[in-house]
Amino acid sequence: MSKDILIKDGHIVDPSQDIDYVGDILIADGKIKETRTQNSKPRAQNSGLETIDAGGMFVFPGLVDMHTHLREPGFEHKETIRTGTLAAVHGGFTSVCPMPNTSPVNDNPTVTAFIIKKSLDEGFCHVYPIGAITKGQRGEEIAEMGLMYEAGCVAFSDDGRPVMSSIIMRRALEYSKRFNVPVISHCEDLPLADGGVMNEGGLSAMLGLKGIPSAAEEVMVARDILLAELTGGRLHIAHVSTQGSVRLIRQAKERGIPVTAETCPHYFSITEDAVKGYNTNAKVNPPLRTQRDVEAVREGLKDGTIDVIATDHAPHHLDEKLLEFDKAPSGISGLETALGLSLNLVGSGTLSLKQLIGKMTIVPARILNVDRGTLKPGSDADLVIVDMGKEFRVDAKRFVSLGRNTPFEGMSLKGMPVVTIVKGKIHR
Amino acid sequence: MPKDLVGIKELSKRDIGQVLDTASSFKDVLRRDIKKVPALRGKTVVNLFFEPSTRTKTSFELAEKRLSTDVLNFSVPTSSVVKGESLFDTIKTIEAYGVDFIVIRHASSGVPHFIAENVNASVINAGDGTNEHPTQALLDAFSIIEKKGTLEGLNVAIVGDIAHSRVAKSNIYLLSKFNARIRLIGPPTLIPCMEDYGVEVFYDMDEGLRGADIVMMLRIQMERQGRSFFPSTQEYFKYWGLDMKRLGLARKDALVMHPGPMNRGIEISSQAADSPQSVILDQVTNGIAVRMAVMYLLTGGEKQ
Amino acid sequence: MPEMAKELLGKKDIERILSRIAHEIIEKNKGTEDLCLIGIQRGGVHIARRLSQKIRAIENAEIPVGSLDISLYRDDLGMRKEHPVVRKTDIPCDVTDKRVVLVDDVIFTGRSIRAAMDALMDFGRPAQIQLAVLIDRGHRELPIRPDYTGKNIPTSGVESIEVQFEEDGMEDKVLIQAMG
Repeated sequence: MSKDILIKDGHIVDPSQDIDYVGDILIADGKIKETRTQNSKPRAQNSGLETIDAGGMFVFPGLVDMHTHLREPGFEHKETIRTGTLAAVHGGFTSVCPMPNTSPVNDNPTVTAFIIKKSLDEGFCHVYPIGAITKGQRGEEIAEMGLMYEAGCVAFSDDGRPVMSSIIMRRALEYSKRFNVPVISHCEDLPLADGGVMNEGGLSAMLGLKGIPSAAEEVMVARDILLAELTGGRLHIAHVSTQGSVRLIRQAKERGIPVTAETCPHYFSITEDAVKGYNTNAKVNPPLRTQRDVEAVREGLKDGTIDVIATDHAPHHLDEKLLEFDKAPSGISGLETALGLSLNLVGSGTLSLKQLIGKMTIVPARILNVDRGTLKPGSDADLVIVDMGKEFRVDAKRFVSLGRNTPFEGMSLKGMPVVTIVKGKIHR
Repeated sequence: MPKDLVGIKELSKRDIGQVLDTASSFKDVLRRDIKKVPALRGKTVVNLFFEPSTRTKTSFELAEKRLSTDVLNFSVPTSSVVKGESLFDTIKTIEAYGVDFIVIRHASSGVPHFIAENVNASVINAGDGTNEHPTQALLDAFSIIEKKGTLEGLNVAIVGDIAHSRVAKSNIYLLSKFNARIRLIGPPTLIPCMEDYGVEVFYDMDEGLRGADIVMMLRIQMERQGRSFFPSTQEYFKYWGLDMKRLGLARKDALVMHPGPMNRGIEISSQAADSPQSVILDQVTNGIAVRMAVMYLLTGGEKQ
Repeated sequence: MPEMAKELLGKKDIERILSRIAHEIIEKNKGTEDLCLIGIQRGGVHIARRLSQKIRAIENAEIPVGSLDISLYRDDLGMRKEHPVVRKTDIPCDVTDKRVVLVDDVIFTGRSIRAAMDALMDFGRPAQIQLAVLIDRGHRELPIRPDYTGKNIPTSGVESIEVQFEEDGMEDKVLIQAMG
């Protein structure tokens, strides 16, 4: 039984309840008991209470990352459930959703059960696995969605690979309706991407690296929107990176098609320029795009076209990134920089703090039908206390994630999570 | 001069001028009976070729020997799919041998940069992926200046698979630094996005060749066939092959260049390749002089 | 001109010295047959040309004059920051069986002359190599001694000798100065 906790004088922002005031939060038995404004009368408190002074700091519901790679089982040299969830907690996340591209692939309830058990045994935060859409992520036959759903999967995706066959994608969107779970689409037309390793354009020509055109993402976004319209299945577009994708999703939403979308901090923070010098830590799929795309993604976040900010935390081992650019794997280790990078959107006036926190808490929780991302009384005490004034420099050597692959090395960010509480357990 | 030659992009106009001036002294050396000078005696160079190459490797090796360096050849067959040592370990091993130069040819763009960052030896890019082939551009510039006296203001038509050609890229960077007017000619599927370099793009070769001072042909790589960049080599030659009739559209004193090896009848006709306007064999000779100059100058270069 | 520089030889002095050396060369070689003058870049080239003019005036004979760049034969490559610019080497005749007079402006350690002899040998097998210098400032590091010396000027290690030529757009002059 965890101790009761009083968090005093923090600036609480909880978009799920429209809370935005300075006040206290009382936690009992690992659950939120009460949130109240500073001026309200304190109730009698028991003696064993641990008090955390959050004066001058912000308190948010624990962040929910609906797109994470924990790499276990199979790629424990890149990350484990233990290290990945610890990195999450460091970054202010209290719930993460590991993608199924492990080895073996999470395409059956046994693997799902393994991940959930391992998370309960060794993890530091809540883990909601995402199951594969197709068996082995081969894109040929749909996987056992129902059984995985019962085992604890909250969504389905072949992330890392697209479902190239339109008929299979149609079936997946249709079949998933029985369980009311989203199908998360990694939008990439593989033949059109043609083995590219960065964004296609002047820079890829200059660096002599094979480009991936924006259209490789956009044709699939368009296809999947049409299939969502056809089937009525819940479509969620992963890692939106281009202006064209934002435009397509905006139009789809205007027409009432059931589609949601996420982007990641790297798509609104940096451009393809980060690849210059053949920096393999800036190799990611979809690739970093242009300033025009960055602005469109920010605009999409602002007008609600893009619902969610997810990390697409994709840790890789140092040796794997220490390769020729075209041979190095794609991915950015994102859990420990996501909040700081996202808070820049508030600084730049793109989003209000409440909007931003919504996109990192209650919105993804609702899409996934999980009871997270809120400070409502009775819910698990998952929250993060953030010192917004404290500046820190990104130093991959100090990541707790095994993945040190970040293009943000040396960047100065504000918004350091000081304390993360998961189900009443304090992590400093 | 920097320590390494990773690309033309990274060189200043002054550096390039220095290489070309020095190359002319080395060309004199190549005319002597004894073509070898002791300039780099005691230095060791390793030719690290991860991609098969006969011409470039031979040219480098000759240049190295004529500078009196000790030459090591380290060829890695690309056909080898066996997962062996990583590139990083390979170059660290080679550095531990105590070499002064690493000449690197690799199928992945950016590898020379990667090596240069990780070793103290001077790194010379002998072609990386579809990025650059700087010594080829330097020898092309040298060959042009030898005949035309200058690069400034010349109309240079580069014809063929620009998108996959490191030779074209390096030439574009070099020529644009010297204010040549560059025209890229080829099928739209093989022309990359290079507006930043002030190039003019022509899909119609006849139009692109008009008034050209230099016609630089590129090799069509046979592996592009069957991938729908163009339907057949016959059709390719019809629209983008250089024959005498087309050459007639360029200036009367236009030079015909080709980095070799040529596909006669596919991108260039034998008559054009062997015409008096062709400087293709001069390019070969000049390649040795230019590579000697590069190595000589890099020994005095400073680590960036 | 820096304050410390002191003129050692003027235009007239140089003129007289070169006339004398021209006579010495003719005398020692008993004429001009098979003779060839090779100047070491850069100062030596000017002196070689002037010597050839004087010899022509005296003997009414044309002798071949060439230039030799020794950059590629130096023993201190790789020790220097910037590489010396490689200048023109122009050997106007086959040196095999010729009597070659190497010409330089200043002899100091002797290393340049060593390099010049190596370079020359790559062009053929001369019957004899002789050495003519305008200034010998001492401090030899190799067993090399000129056959014709314009003027011996003992110097200290901290002094430097500068020879200026009309050919380079300056007044003919030899200066000595303490190195800064």
